[in-house]
Amino acid sequence: MADAVDAATTGSAAARVGATLAAAHRPRRAEIVFWLLVFVAPLALPRHALLGNEIAILALFALSLDLILGYAGIVSLGHAAFFGVGAYTAGLFAKHVTGDPLAGLAVAAGAATLVGFATSFLVLRGTDLTRLMVTLGVALMLGEIANRAAGITGGADGLQGVAIAPLFGRFAFDLTGHTAFAYSLSVLFVLFLAARRLVHSPFGISLRAIRDNPLRAAAIGIPVNRRLVAVYTIAATYAGAAGALLAQTTQFVSLDALAFERSADVLLLVVIGGTGYLYGGFIGALVFKLAQEGFAGLTPQYWHFWVGLVLVVLVLIGRDRLHGAAARLLARAARATTRSPASGGAETR
Amino acid sequence: MLTILFDGVAYGMLMFVLAVGLSVTLGLMNFVNLAHGAFAMAGGYVTVVLMNRYGVPFLACLPLAFIAAALLGLVLERTLYRRLYERPHLDHVLFSIGIVFMAVAAVDWVMGSSQQNLRLPPWLSGRFDVFGVGVGRYRAFLIAVCGLLVITLELAVARTRFGSRLRAAVDDRRVARGLGIPVDTIFAATFAVGSGLAGLGGAMGAELLGLDPTFPLKFMIYFLIVVAVGGTSGLVGPFVAALLLGVADVAGKYYAPAFGAFAIYTVMIAILLLRPQGLFARPR
Amino acid sequence: MAAPLETIGLCKSFGGLVATNDVSLRLEAGARQALIGPNGAGKTTFVNLLAGALPPTAGTVLLNGEDVTRMSIDQRVRRGLGRTFQINQLFGSMTPVETLGLAVSERMGRGGDGWRSAGTDARVVAEIAAIASRFGLDESLDVPAAALPYGKQRLLEIAVTFACRPRVLLLDEPAAGVPETERHEILAAVAALPREVAVLLIEHDMDLVFSFAERVTVMVDGAIYADGPPDVIARDPRVRAVYLGEGDG
Repeated sequence: MADAVDAATTGSAAARVGATLAAAHRPRRAEIVFWLLVFVAPLALPRHALLGNEIAILALFALSLDLILGYAGIVSLGHAAFFGVGAYTAGLFAKHVTGDPLAGLAVAAGAATLVGFATSFLVLRGTDLTRLMVTLGVALMLGEIANRAAGITGGADGLQGVAIAPLFGRFAFDLTGHTAFAYSLSVLFVLFLAARRLVHSPFGISLRAIRDNPLRAAAIGIPVNRRLVAVYTIAATYAGAAGALLAQTTQFVSLDALAFERSADVLLLVVIGGTGYLYGGFIGALVFKLAQEGFAGLTPQYWHFWVGLVLVVLVLIGRDRLHGAAARLLARAARATTRSPASGGAETR
Repeated sequence: MLTILFDGVAYGMLMFVLAVGLSVTLGLMNFVNLAHGAFAMAGGYVTVVLMNRYGVPFLACLPLAFIAAALLGLVLERTLYRRLYERPHLDHVLFSIGIVFMAVAAVDWVMGSSQQNLRLPPWLSGRFDVFGVGVGRYRAFLIAVCGLLVITLELAVARTRFGSRLRAAVDDRRVARGLGIPVDTIFAATFAVGSGLAGLGGAMGAELLGLDPTFPLKFMIYFLIVVAVGGTSGLVGPFVAALLLGVADVAGKYYAPAFGAFAIYTVMIAILLLRPQGLFARPR
Repeated sequence: MAAPLETIGLCKSFGGLVATNDVSLRLEAGARQALIGPNGAGKTTFVNLLAGALPPTAGTVLLNGEDVTRMSIDQRVRRGLGRTFQINQLFGSMTPVETLGLAVSERMGRGGDGWRSAGTDARVVAEIAAIASRFGLDESLDVPAAALPYGKQRLLEIAVTFACRPRVLLLDEPAAGVPETERHEILAAVAALPREVAVLLIEHDMDLVFSFAERVTVMVDGAIYADGPPDVIARDPRVRAVYLGEGDG
């Protein structure tokens, strides 16, 4: 009977479909290796804990931008707004309420979520230019507010007197930065796992659809605006968490948490690392921070000249060509390492 | 009140001259040039150096500032910008931010990071009376010169052959090319003139706006407001938007100094919320 | 009994140009109706008005008797309206599995789920497979849409719209641009659409129109020019004049 045959073929087709989708979100070997290395780092490089802490925070901030840039296609020039809100909230919370780091983190992330939600409606409408403007304008406004309210925020001198209590009552945030590094890494890991689930869920796939073809996305019944508001708010939460981590681990907040340079830097490093696959932010953060450390010895106050130069060269070469070349190099490296030594020179294809 | 209006108009017209190049570049080449302020800065610094170090009179510096900035724009357009016209907007943003960072750092290194002092010639300082209202000479000068520029621009675009080719190229680049209009030359010329105007504005406005290496970053948002609110099709839109911006900013800072800067940000966000395509965009 | 799709006095002007001129059209349940007309007659504008991609200057659009004139595209889709695009509108980097999965998830109300990984819901997976085989996409499940041959892309275009289980389906030139060798798959897919779906087919290909349609509407200069069974329309001298007078149809 044709039905039985149809049922059989449909059954096997369904199995294939299910397998394909499942394969997409299974952890890759490279991912597992990456995270193993990351967790070994605090133990293997204890003298670089402070730098590691900064990289982890920057990676979280970059991850938050990747969510809206790489997955939803929103170009923001003011993402530092949420970072700054998180930083100042965490700092003020520690100064005036309690120094408990986890409570401060939660409150700061919550504040950033609110600001993100409130401003999300601004990025729904208009062209790329309008979105650039609006995101830039919001960040500038918040920067201006922080500057004016110097009595509360410390203004240009920065927020002083932020004292963070030991984590879980036991691990104090000291000058070695060991607690700070472990704390930031753990927060980063947890939030990363959540982002990974998000990206592989129907919600996450609908974001890619909205990015690729918003007209078609709507024509499938995707409530485009609702999804954009949701992802923008989530990204704000993540950015706020990163800002809170910075405030808590350095016990200081200054106006440059909200500065344009911070928004531009994170945009650059997400673009360097690559958008749309979640790990671009990590790579970019690592490269950026290491370069910054390297240049700090040479010409610290002109660091942004080099940032600018990299931006210009990167765009002129073309991001695709750069990533294409990197991908080919990685593929060659992968092939080289998986060639089994037992087979000698014989390569089977 | 009238003084505020007057000052606001002066500020606004200066903004227009500064931003008009950006508006046309965006409308013509669809290029988001966040580095536009760097050309203004160039004009300002050229003027300061010529005046303070070589004693060149202020009025003579203005055309020189225009030419210097226009040349800079022409060179950059021919060598770098034109490769990126077909790229996505993100690339434009990244590239122009890169240029700004480099320009800011370079000027900081060469000229130092402090504010530059521009000594206005005596005939521009002080005020004179018009119907009992004190009118600042400098601001009157700004209004006069910018007003002349606006009229010249409008005539050039509406009446000359270059103007009509420009409008055709803005409307539809491919069709214009098909008609034999030398689109590349028009791009280069327009970019150069736009940058030149920015340089001229930077020279004229150095006294009013302040001049230091962070100028392009400080005023980036102002230029963007003029363009986003005013639209990119024609000169009227940006002109009105610039006037609105000028008056709102001056009035805001006068009447509510604590919230001065917020006035424009709030107005901008409100306008973009209501009409995301700007106040004067053509219906598509 | 409300018609699945109805427009009342629908008008659209762009400045001085009238693209849609007081169109009142009714699509009955299970309809197989074709909308034809010379180039520039305003057919695609009309479809855009129906789908919600353009706001009308005047008039109403009713979906199952409900006024949807002010509703967004996705709101209309959720009320049972589907449309395909004349030029493929697909997600270049996404495979048919992902694309169909999206449409099916949205329809089942699971599109907003941010936690469960895609592919873990058996019903969704089964339906993806069923739709894929219905439209002949079994062999192309994991190929990114941009890499598919044009005919397969066209089938995916129809399939993804079908996956939303529309009650009204607007097909905008489904065979357009498809090479000769792949056309029959498109035609078969269109012919095999379920009877309960009301279909409005916009086409230039007269073979497809006359083999598919039970009713033909002719649109000229944004207004309805003629309406009736296909054989009557084919013989109508006014219709022939409009087509012949306009050059190629």
